[in-house]
Amino acid sequence: MVSEQLLSAIEGAKVLMVGAGGIGCELLKTLALSGFQDIHIIDIDTIEISNLNRQFLFRQSHVGQSKAKASTFTCIFLVARDAVLRFRPNISITPYHANIKESRFNVDFFKEFDVVLNGLDNLDARRHVNRLCLAAHVPLVESGTTGFLGQVTVHLKGETECYECHPKPAPKTYPVCTITSTPSKFVHCIVWAKELLFEKLFGNKNQENDLNVSSSDASNSSEHSEDVFECRIDEEIEQYGRRIYDHVFGLNIEVALSNKETWKNRNKPRPIYSKDVLSEKLTKQNGNTEKVSATDDVSAMSSLALKNPQVVWSLAENSRVFLESLRLFFLKRGKEIGNLTFDKDDQLAVEFVTAAANIRASSFGIPLHSLFEAKGIAGNIVHAVASTNAIIAGLIVIEAIKVLKRDNNNYRMTYCLEHPSRKLLLMPVEPYEPNQSCYVCSETSLSLEVNTHRSKLRDVVEKIVNARLGMNFPLLMLGATILYEVGEDLEEDMVAVYAANLEKALSELPSPVISGTVLTVEDLQQELKCCINIKHREEFDEKEHDGMLLSRWVEPPADKDGNKPIGNGESPSSVLPTEEILEGEKDVEIQETSEPTEMLQGRKENRPMFRKESVPIMLKKKGRSETDDVDLSDCTLMALTMSWQISAKVGVNCDIFLVGTVLSVFQSFGHNFGYGC
Amino acid sequence: MNGEELTEQETALYDRQIRVWGADAQRRLSKSHILVYGMKGTVAEFCKNIVLAGVGSVTLMDDHAVTDSALSANFLILPDENLSHGKTLAEACCDSLKEFNPMVHVSVEKGDISTFGVEFFEKFDAVVISCCSLAKKKLINQKCRKLPKRISFYTVDCRGSCGEIFVDLKNYKYSKKKLEETIECQLEYPSFEDAIAAPWKALPKRVSKLYFGMRVIEQFEDIEGRNAGQTSIADLPGVLKLRKELCETNSVNESQVPDALLERLLIGTSEFPPVCAVIGGILGQEVIKAISGKGDPLKNFFFFDAMDGKGLIEDISKPRHS
Repeated sequence: MVSEQLLSAIEGAKVLMVGAGGIGCELLKTLALSGFQDIHIIDIDTIEISNLNRQFLFRQSHVGQSKAKASTFTCIFLVARDAVLRFRPNISITPYHANIKESRFNVDFFKEFDVVLNGLDNLDARRHVNRLCLAAHVPLVESGTTGFLGQVTVHLKGETECYECHPKPAPKTYPVCTITSTPSKFVHCIVWAKELLFEKLFGNKNQENDLNVSSSDASNSSEHSEDVFECRIDEEIEQYGRRIYDHVFGLNIEVALSNKETWKNRNKPRPIYSKDVLSEKLTKQNGNTEKVSATDDVSAMSSLALKNPQVVWSLAENSRVFLESLRLFFLKRGKEIGNLTFDKDDQLAVEFVTAAANIRASSFGIPLHSLFEAKGIAGNIVHAVASTNAIIAGLIVIEAIKVLKRDNNNYRMTYCLEHPSRKLLLMPVEPYEPNQSCYVCSETSLSLEVNTHRSKLRDVVEKIVNARLGMNFPLLMLGATILYEVGEDLEEDMVAVYAANLEKALSELPSPVISGTVLTVEDLQQELKCCINIKHREEFDEKEHDGMLLSRWVEPPADKDGNKPIGNGESPSSVLPTEEILEGEKDVEIQETSEPTEMLQGRKENRPMFRKESVPIMLKKKGRSETDDVDLSDCTLMALTMSWQISAKVGVNCDIFLVGTVLSVFQSFGHNFGYGC
Repeated sequence: MNGEELTEQETALYDRQIRVWGADAQRRLSKSHILVYGMKGTVAEFCKNIVLAGVGSVTLMDDHAVTDSALSANFLILPDENLSHGKTLAEACCDSLKEFNPMVHVSVEKGDISTFGVEFFEKFDAVVISCCSLAKKKLINQKCRKLPKRISFYTVDCRGSCGEIFVDLKNYKYSKKKLEETIECQLEYPSFEDAIAAPWKALPKRVSKLYFGMRVIEQFEDIEGRNAGQTSIADLPGVLKLRKELCETNSVNESQVPDALLERLLIGTSEFPPVCAVIGGILGQEVIKAISGKGDPLKNFFFFDAMDGKGLIEDISKPRHS
């Protein structure tokens, strides 16, 4: 069925797969079966047990091994080792157990490949690969899945949109005070338990921590709190545990309550003390605790005989888990304390965070959740099934083959839906032309409003260049002066200059960055350059917590008046580019999971999910339409929606998909399906 | 799995998918028994998906010997001659499938499925058949329907870059949540025979041409006494002639079944691995939905054509007599 010509194009192709996870396994198998012979895979992860439900190239015995290596071994064994058969020549699979951001994976590396196939699960890496593919002029096939949803998109420099032509929503963040003082949702309690309490007790003690910051005076209590969280000499662990419990769930709440302003329009929390919830002797009654041997998996649930992670525990049970998990950390894992970070696969950590979050929730009148649910929220777990990954992998290979054939008119973005839209479960859409105002693939300037006297260069580098612009190894210049750069072979004196520059206010730099100047930022590895027009502004409001506002220039549509003139009082009616606010205005320092349900409330059917961009009026459809019966405007909306959903990623500072969230997404489309868990 | 609760092992292994369909659904899956007939590439994909999903058991049927061509799209069959020598396709696949999930019971059944009585099918919750002639499809479908127990019945066929799935859930009742309420749904499915008996003229205008294409080829194989998939481009004149007849009988224009499509279907006797993955994935989802009772099942045909990339559902049934 595949022509000779095509077969030889496939056989001669050099393919790079980035990511060897759920999609990766399916993809490797399908590529091998389809006749590809030279496949390179980069993946940083090792294999976990929860991968085994869909990453079928791995076995129990592989758990702990590098994914890239394990999948090669099994795949070769399964599929490729076949010198005997004429039409199955040897396949070469080269694994790299590494981070895609490493400098060896530079533009020259990427240039070697005929096509790059992404099977990643985080936005950062995707953006990075996108830029390298653009710089290397190599076609990129992107993909993602969540539960039953999935998508495959094709990106060719100059011909289609790049992956970043439409900004993906940034992770949802919460105001610090919501987390520390006025939680109203369970996720707020999880963030508190995970990022503050867990961190304080078991993580790096020297790190700044917002725990105990209340609306009232913080400085006194923070000194006091240092003492509180340290275990005293000769203090029994159990007593320590109760003391912590009483401090965070009892005393701190009382302190918060004393500030009447906060609670004027809010439900008051109630302080909870351990003695009220648990009798004094209770901790001694758990006969099981002594039976826990050193070789057992350390778990408070085991020790308390709580078997079912799907059950919602009572306040008393949560309290017991809190105390027991804390005790077990100190007793069995004392060496790790001070260095621990939360890991969703660390059973004891999950138990602790679940319990702590639940007690706090109880205090604030928020419904409690099971460990299973809490783990999903705290761990940003993306739910996944093998079948969807298989479908997406098939679609990726189909697109990859089109790329090799240079079948330009037939590239498709394909969306795998859970509920059919006009009979379609798999919906192909023609790719769009590049967005002319994309700062990544089209040359576009940005504008940064900042207080040039107050903000330091460090703020710009960390919050704008690294975080927002996704540049990992940036170079910042003003005119011909390099203000800052990162590199391996810099001279010592320059390094000192750059270090000093970071701490200076913008207007006080050797080459002052003031209103009207243009900062050039570049990432040499990504071969991405961007011009940022600086505009001084004195004050920023609460929402602009960073004290900076990054926006970009967009061509105004013909029928609109220029909305916001820039700075110097030019008349609104003159044709000025309108500013469009970039996604993801960060309120806060603490980043955590997203609750897309908030974004979706009040949305009508078929309206796109992005906050700022509605119908992409700038976009022009590439080529003519072949798919007559698919209405393209609906598809656009669907496409935007899908790409927003699908780029939800796994990882610490990322969006998540809760089952309930998926439900809300469907509801917004008028689809009604409930998954009860 | 004994008892009503999922074991710790199951909870850990199935964590990600439990977050999709819930623990209840997972339990139901783990008690289900699936019969699979015809071990080609697409079916191999399907088996992988349901085994990973954690069904109770999978029974494989395919007495063909392992051949080179069978290996081309079926990743369950190890290329190593020593391992597959003397085995049937089903036996070769069985070993691999077991590895994907030791908690699933995978076995082989031998014999001519057409001769098995109705009681053979009773132990299954879902029956999936592939590489079957028209006559065989109808026969097995009827046997499944005869039982008082509801058996989910599926046929799946891939030809080159095209694939077709047929679904028959008889009278299927399920519930779903709409906002805060739970609504009861009921779907009535026609048998394969009844579905394809629907006059072409009565079907909606935009029905996928692939539906008609598959029916023509199917009829051709039936008339010529061929095995399923036993066609080649040399058959084109005969097929075009048959198309003409069928279109006339059904009073539809021949353009409903384009030449080019028929050619592709005739040539495409081997499977295209990416299409196997897509069809096997869709089928996997459908079976999971039907067993777990969660999710709107598709009714009643699914078509995929890699050429235009569309995967669409067609509801094809005889118009009711009022």
